[in-house]
Amino acid sequence: MGTATTRIQPKNRVLAWIEERLPVLSFMASHTTGYYAPKNFNLWYYFGSLALLVLVNQIVTGIFLTMHYKPSAAEVAPGISAAFASVEYIMRDVEWGWLVRYMHSTGASLFFVVVYLHMFRGLMYGSYKKPRELLWIIGMLIFLALMAEAFMGYVLPWGNMSFWGAKVIISLFGTIPWIGESLVIWIMGDYLPADATLNRFFALHVIALPLVLLLLVVLHLGALHEVGSNNPDGVEIKAKKNADGIPLDGIAFHPYYTVKDIFGTGFFLLIAAFIIFYAPTFGGWFLEHDNFVPANNLATPEHIKPVWYFTPFYAILRMVPSFFGSAIWGVIAMFGSIALLFLMPWIDKGQVKSIRYRGFGYKVALGLFAVSFILLGAVGAGVTAEMIPAWFGAEADATFIENVFGRFWTLVYFGFFVFLWVYTRGFEKTKPVPDRVTTHD
Amino acid sequence: MTESMTSRPNRFAVLFVGILFFACLSTGALASGGAGLQAAGVRMDDQASLQRGARLFFNYCSGCHSLRFMRYQRIAEDLGLDPKEVEQSFIFTGSKIGEPVVSHLSFEDGTKWFGKAPPDLSLEARSKGPDWIYSYLKSFYVDPSRPLGWNNTVFPNASMPNALWELQGIQAPVTAPAEHGHEAAIERLELRSQGSQTPEQFDQTARDITAFLQYVGEPAALKRESIGVWVLLYLALFTFLAYLLKHEYWKDVH
Repeated sequence: MGTATTRIQPKNRVLAWIEERLPVLSFMASHTTGYYAPKNFNLWYYFGSLALLVLVNQIVTGIFLTMHYKPSAAEVAPGISAAFASVEYIMRDVEWGWLVRYMHSTGASLFFVVVYLHMFRGLMYGSYKKPRELLWIIGMLIFLALMAEAFMGYVLPWGNMSFWGAKVIISLFGTIPWIGESLVIWIMGDYLPADATLNRFFALHVIALPLVLLLLVVLHLGALHEVGSNNPDGVEIKAKKNADGIPLDGIAFHPYYTVKDIFGTGFFLLIAAFIIFYAPTFGGWFLEHDNFVPANNLATPEHIKPVWYFTPFYAILRMVPSFFGSAIWGVIAMFGSIALLFLMPWIDKGQVKSIRYRGFGYKVALGLFAVSFILLGAVGAGVTAEMIPAWFGAEADATFIENVFGRFWTLVYFGFFVFLWVYTRGFEKTKPVPDRVTTHD
Repeated sequence: MTESMTSRPNRFAVLFVGILFFACLSTGALASGGAGLQAAGVRMDDQASLQRGARLFFNYCSGCHSLRFMRYQRIAEDLGLDPKEVEQSFIFTGSKIGEPVVSHLSFEDGTKWFGKAPPDLSLEARSKGPDWIYSYLKSFYVDPSRPLGWNNTVFPNASMPNALWELQGIQAPVTAPAEHGHEAAIERLELRSQGSQTPEQFDQTARDITAFLQYVGEPAALKRESIGVWVLLYLALFTFLAYLLKHEYWKDVH
């Protein structure tokens, strides 16, 4: 057990009566004061608790948005849907509605910021390795659910990018042989993204997926507390315990990490508040200009692109060419780029967890993997397409240059997994891992 | 141990500054606008400019363009205008002051007369940006080939005539000599006949209307920045106290 089974016996008779029948206090104690975490957590270990904080923010602000939002594509004025109008109603007429909406929209982007950093932490310190494989897989499921949640939430304002984004993403399912076309109509409930689509996406966004997310988060924490946290040294602290069975390098989660996470929370909220109050659209990255135009199935936006957090995967989709008259290969590559992360515990057979003691090859590979992710994001967001004329001249073949660039980094992305597979099966030269953790605050 | 203790806030500082820098960079990139646009230089704290912009909008634009998401009352409150003035000189449609700004021109008539109904301008500044609006207002020129005799370099073949021509005067295009294989491109616009305003005065007019539309795009922006200061100060204090608390608790970690 990762947690010490603490038995609380309250003096208060009412509490004692409850505790005998449902040990709430004992449960809380064993997961806070009774949970021992390694004492050497660094900056990278803030992002788990921050993700939880953002999840709570999304739920609370989401409840208030739901009170005023109308999931209807019916027109209330020429070209303006009830959904679009209700979002502007929230921004203008609902008391503090603008703040609640900006907290929700900024929260969505920051959710991905902290989750990507949290996942990268896992890659750096080998947090997916035995005995934490299931913990990692549950985390990846959270990431998948979060992507679905974010995609459907983006459709709700029923702006023009909502509409065209939904159309493009749903049409990916149309590449599946035989059933593709009917599947697309089944998902949309119409021949185009329409009122039926908006209604079901609303249902999925505000109830179905949040329930799934919450359940997965509980499982993620349950699995974490069973196996115990990894740490920057990749040392199993449970291997060295004192006479009371407490890990020598462990400290109680409460008060040590609660107080530390409160500090991290304050710092994170400073950044979040700066964005919410001074740059809520973040220059068009968090709220896109084209989504302030009502949905119009006759006017395609100049560049259809997803919000920044999907752009690396969108770039992979675009960079893989069609073969044998089918565009499904890009779709397979896009989903494959996520599926491979699920398999990390079995792709990486390295004997050492933390990057501190791993071979030089692993450090280079992980660095390139991170660079490929960011540069593919730039390709997917259309940043490279904008840069090419400036760098190569207006006469240059922009599509060709972008394809060469994007395909190269797509290969680097997938190359990471291939390299790891080979490298960790006999080629990696690791450094000796210490018995105990080496640093702490 | 003390080394890692002191280095942590420093790393935070680097991260924070980095994020601020990125935020400024990306908002700056937006403000500088796309190719060929002039910087509008609008200021949300210049109430006189916003008031002039509102008056100009209702005199020259509201005949065709609606602001469906904006109420007359809110304009009066936010811009410090007398509600009586708003009722008398802004409302031409018989609306009540609490109602949104909806033009008399119906969608059907607008489509019939202009080919494309004049769009609602509530969110024009949010979708196109202030620089686009400012440049667009200044870039009309006479073009006999167009149905209404007007064209625009920022938005070629726009359906809209130059509603501000009495103020601006009439511009005509000066074309560069046609290169081989290309059509003659418009190099610049030249004022052919004077309007009632000098070019400098008209720049300010275009800027005032742009500022008003920027405000209309996000009325909350007037409040959000002044509230934000207090939120940030509170959070800075909170974070500092949380750091001291953390420091105190972690003294017993050896």
